[in-house]
Amino acid sequence: MSETVKVPTMAEYMAEGKKPEVLFWVGCAGSFDDRAKKITKAFVKLLHNANVDFAVLGTEESCTGDPAKRAGNEFLFQMQAVTNIEVMNAYEIKKVVTTCPHCFNTLKNEYPVLGGAYEVMHHTQFLKSLLDEGRLKVEGGKFKGKRITFHDPCYLGRANNEYEAPRDLLRKLEVELIEMKRCKRNGLCCGAGGAQMFKEPEPGNKDVNIERTEDALETKPDVIAAGCPFCNTMMTDGVKNKEKEESIQVLDVAELIATAQDL
Amino acid sequence: MQYIPNILFIIALVAGVGYFIKNIRKVIRNIRLGKELDRSDNKKERFKNVAMIALGQSKMVRRPISGILHIVVYVGFLIINIEVLEIIIDGIFGTHRIFAFLGGAYDFLIGSFEILAFLVFVGVVLFWTRRNLIKLKRFWNPEMKGWPKNDGNIILYFEMVLMTLFLVMNASDLQLQELGADHYIKAGAYPISQFIAPLFDGMSETSLMFIERGAWWLHILGILVFLNYLYFSKHLHILLAFPNTYYGDLKPKGELDNLEAVTNEVKLMMDPTADPFAAPADDQAEGEPEKFGASDVTDLNWVQLLNSYTCTECGRCTSECPANQTGKKLSPRKIMMDTRDRLKEVGDNIDKNGSFVDDGKQLLNDYITPEELWACTSCNACVEACPVSISPLSIIIDMRRYLVMEESAAPSDLNNMMSNIENNGAPWPFNQMDRLNWSNE
Repeated sequence: MSETVKVPTMAEYMAEGKKPEVLFWVGCAGSFDDRAKKITKAFVKLLHNANVDFAVLGTEESCTGDPAKRAGNEFLFQMQAVTNIEVMNAYEIKKVVTTCPHCFNTLKNEYPVLGGAYEVMHHTQFLKSLLDEGRLKVEGGKFKGKRITFHDPCYLGRANNEYEAPRDLLRKLEVELIEMKRCKRNGLCCGAGGAQMFKEPEPGNKDVNIERTEDALETKPDVIAAGCPFCNTMMTDGVKNKEKEESIQVLDVAELIATAQDL
Repeated sequence: MQYIPNILFIIALVAGVGYFIKNIRKVIRNIRLGKELDRSDNKKERFKNVAMIALGQSKMVRRPISGILHIVVYVGFLIINIEVLEIIIDGIFGTHRIFAFLGGAYDFLIGSFEILAFLVFVGVVLFWTRRNLIKLKRFWNPEMKGWPKNDGNIILYFEMVLMTLFLVMNASDLQLQELGADHYIKAGAYPISQFIAPLFDGMSETSLMFIERGAWWLHILGILVFLNYLYFSKHLHILLAFPNTYYGDLKPKGELDNLEAVTNEVKLMMDPTADPFAAPADDQAEGEPEKFGASDVTDLNWVQLLNSYTCTECGRCTSECPANQTGKKLSPRKIMMDTRDRLKEVGDNIDKNGSFVDDGKQLLNDYITPEELWACTSCNACVEACPVSISPLSIIIDMRRYLVMEESAAPSDLNNMMSNIENNGAPWPFNQMDRLNWSNE
């Protein structure tokens, strides 16, 4: 994927004396993980496509501290939070959008008490609002009629009660949306949350992502849709483990929309 | 002589209620061993939660079979207790069916109690069947061995016996009414016990009175014993579900609480004008430095401790837990049971010694192992599943905080992740200066 996308930074905006409509919080996975970078790019294309005036923090962004907080390291979390808040407040950020539900949850719920109060949206919520405002067109394209199942990220769903925005977008793609037996508030975790992404699982008889992939495979999907870079990794690994990667794709909602429109 | 039953009844009543109150005060004392937490906000929303979740059983019915059976038993128990009021008045004053003057309304009441008693009996038998014959997995997890398993069954036996006694009492009463026995005025409707009454056909008035009085006494004594059994049992939920849903967390489930002690430290570290050698302000001068996280029950807050007493070990949390489903040791229900058991142990220690004397034990390691704590994905499935707003996750996180911030005892992978965040602002070893490289890759 060697294509350059135009991504303005807050520093550039500042130099020009301008303020963007929204800050795109890329997150660590979105910045460094090869798979997640594709999601980041797809989302940026959609932002350009909808003429959204956005910027990123770039090298001034740092981990929100979510995995440290969930691992029990409140010190490290708050150090990260205070540093990030200082940067964002200096730029007078009002609105933030992110493609990572973990960043979303932390920025939205855990930063205000430390002095960082912003309107924070998950990218599926933001895309939905663009759609509602008529700024973004979502059409079936390649995925029309395909069987798609959506895996609810815990930190978007149960943690923040957002189940419909990603589904509304998928429905707009004119796909056949099939629910897993465990979905929405009963959705099963992919196994990555609570800092599990960064460690080996405890001894057991199965990996959580395999259990969840089996739920997804039961729906006989063409695509497993995700809304989180970590869920994406876990489900992709699960599909590979089941040797289904030839027939089943794991794609972020943003990628689905961007690909459908050939962006 | 004729007042002996009244006196015996009053003694039993006072003893039964008195001992119960004594134990409940212990429960409250133990809950207050927890740290302070302000949950005095949003009274309206909190009352709404009590109405919906506890009274309205809204989360119970998410699993329809056990939910509906539970409502039958719950409604039955609640309503049949009106009858206990009559029993108590009759017991104290030596009257018989004091409310009989209500006439048609009394018939209706007794009739409905009977139908409910029968439904409760059926419900309880089905519950017993689910536990012991169908052997639903969540009732057979490792933490359910021994006392927890027996406790669950004892409660069901109690309820079966109490309902049977109630119906037998009515059946013999009905026979006595029809015989025109002195004292047994014609009152009440007996839609269920009329089918039990024929068992007593042809019995003498004395035998019938013996059965009626026997069932009456055993019924009320049984209720008093059951009341006192609550303290020793998971069954306390019938009372604590109400305060527990009231004081439940109203924040989004994803939001973990902010440790203020840490905020103060962080502010000090980030403040270039702060004097690290400054004498502490007067209000902080006394006492030990604050401990981060929880290694024992007294490090938890009082709502977490209330949660532990409220848990009735239904296991919905554990059956939804991704770690538990994939064979890991973590069981959210066990987290709650361990917290309660340790809290009781600490309480007993205080009762014995006047104040807590170190027993060389704590919640961490002696009850809950790090392996359990590290298996959690913080997915909130357990919190979502709990029918009475318990959060096992908040205890898990507080104990992780202790492991990491007091003992530096995180798994090495997590230590790597955290030092990466410290050093380069990402959980992986990538340079922060490369954070925008994706845009031109």
